[in-house]
Amino acid sequence: MTLNMYLKYPFSLFLKVLVILATAVTCFTLLFLIGYILLKGIPYLSLDLFSWTYNSENVSFMPSIVNTIIMVIGALLISVPFGIFSAIYLVEYAKRGNKMVGVIRITAETLAGIPSIVYGLFGMLFFVTSLKMGYSLLAGIFTVAIMILPLMMRTTEEALKAVPDIFREGSFGLGAGKLRTVFRIVLPTAIPGILAGIILSIGRIVGETAALIYTAGTVAELPKNLLSSGRTLSVHMYALSKEGLHTNQAYATAVMLLGIVLLINMLSTMMAKKIEKKS
Amino acid sequence: MTAKINIKNVNLFYTQFQALKNVNLDIEKNEITAFIGPSGCGKSTLLKSLNRMNDLIEGCRIEGEILLDGQNIYGKIDVNALRKRVGMVFQKPNPFPMSIYENVAYGPKTHGIRSKVKLDEIVETSLKNAAIWDELKDRLKKNALSLSGGQQQRLCVARALAVEPEVLLMDEPTSALDPISTAKIEDLVLELKKKYTIVIVTHNMQQATRISDKTAFFLLGEMIEFNETETLFSIPKDKRTEDYITGRFG
Repeated sequence: MTLNMYLKYPFSLFLKVLVILATAVTCFTLLFLIGYILLKGIPYLSLDLFSWTYNSENVSFMPSIVNTIIMVIGALLISVPFGIFSAIYLVEYAKRGNKMVGVIRITAETLAGIPSIVYGLFGMLFFVTSLKMGYSLLAGIFTVAIMILPLMMRTTEEALKAVPDIFREGSFGLGAGKLRTVFRIVLPTAIPGILAGIILSIGRIVGETAALIYTAGTVAELPKNLLSSGRTLSVHMYALSKEGLHTNQAYATAVMLLGIVLLINMLSTMMAKKIEKKS
Repeated sequence: MTAKINIKNVNLFYTQFQALKNVNLDIEKNEITAFIGPSGCGKSTLLKSLNRMNDLIEGCRIEGEILLDGQNIYGKIDVNALRKRVGMVFQKPNPFPMSIYENVAYGPKTHGIRSKVKLDEIVETSLKNAAIWDELKDRLKKNALSLSGGQQQRLCVARALAVEPEVLLMDEPTSALDPISTAKIEDLVLELKKKYTIVIVTHNMQQATRISDKTAFFLLGEMIEFNETETLFSIPKDKRTEDYITGRFG
């Protein structure tokens, strides 16, 4: 539209300016945030931070990175199979309009909306205290696994629903049973969607603090086993800034966190592309 | 000659709605039988009930008998084994999102064939029988979804042939295709008649006259008329058949 047109319809000019402004504010906030963290953090990314043992001098985040990796792998090992299998049941096996399915769906949605600190409290009371796991990576893993289970289930459910019925019909038409149809045709087709769910889950685990302070504790050392207490990177950052003595290192840790999230995103896009090419 | 398939007093309901009303029909071996009629007349429903694909639809109930070589397919039988004997090609080409080779090999693998040599052989003969081997032989590893619609549909025919069915059901197999691809499929169907019993649903009356030996005309869930194709189109017995084939409705 030309300027004249806009003068004729001032309201559309107003709307156009509004959407451009909204975009600009969003982009600016994001760039400012990242820029600010990078500027504050990069100068303090010293070699000290990468040493394998933590002490109050070097405030190394290496143990926290190891703990984070253990936490991610552990929680995914539990929640991915459970999430995928329950989604398969809901989409492929349960009868449509089944009351049970409705209940499960509402439960999952509610679970997904509960603040993580509530999971933390539950984890502390149940895993740490009742099951006598103590503050440990294991208690943390279980708590976080429960937290991401509904997310995993919902994303897989959507991915399975997106598989066209004509694929299922084609498979049944050749005399394949339900099991074979689900595992050879439907599931492979849904993999990119399921992968997206896993990435989202990893993001939530890496970024989690509240639930983990309650359950995995804040010991800043390399864990001896799964029953050792250990802080993840986010918890480490929280601890550093809370103590107030190492704010700069907290920024450096934030840079590391950003880097990890970026890496995960890149890896996942690469994987998704590879899978798409293959299929 | 006893018929390959006897349809006896079949009534079919989708919950309350009656989609087929007392249908009786015999389908002969090594012939092409066409089902014609306007949309919603029950022709696709009847086709799907021949290999129990309507089992997948919730609320679908069937009364009467459908005999395949004298055995009631709604009795105590293995549905998967039935679908191996009675293959199907769908309205919309639906190759699986995997390689051309894997698409054809999927059926035989389902039924327990593991040997690579045997599978290679099956893939080759099935693609040859579907008259698409020459086009695809150099790119068997390519994704089937990269093919054109007509090629995809012939691949689906090959996929259905790979499990060595006795009967081939085709549900408007050319409705999503261009005229050239349609002609190729029609030639293919005529060729396949030598080995298989074919039932084809079509909304294209020219197609029915071109390829079928016998034609059944359906209207509102009833089978109005069933006869040699030539007779049905030249001297229809029923007024409604005449109205339909002369284009007065539908």
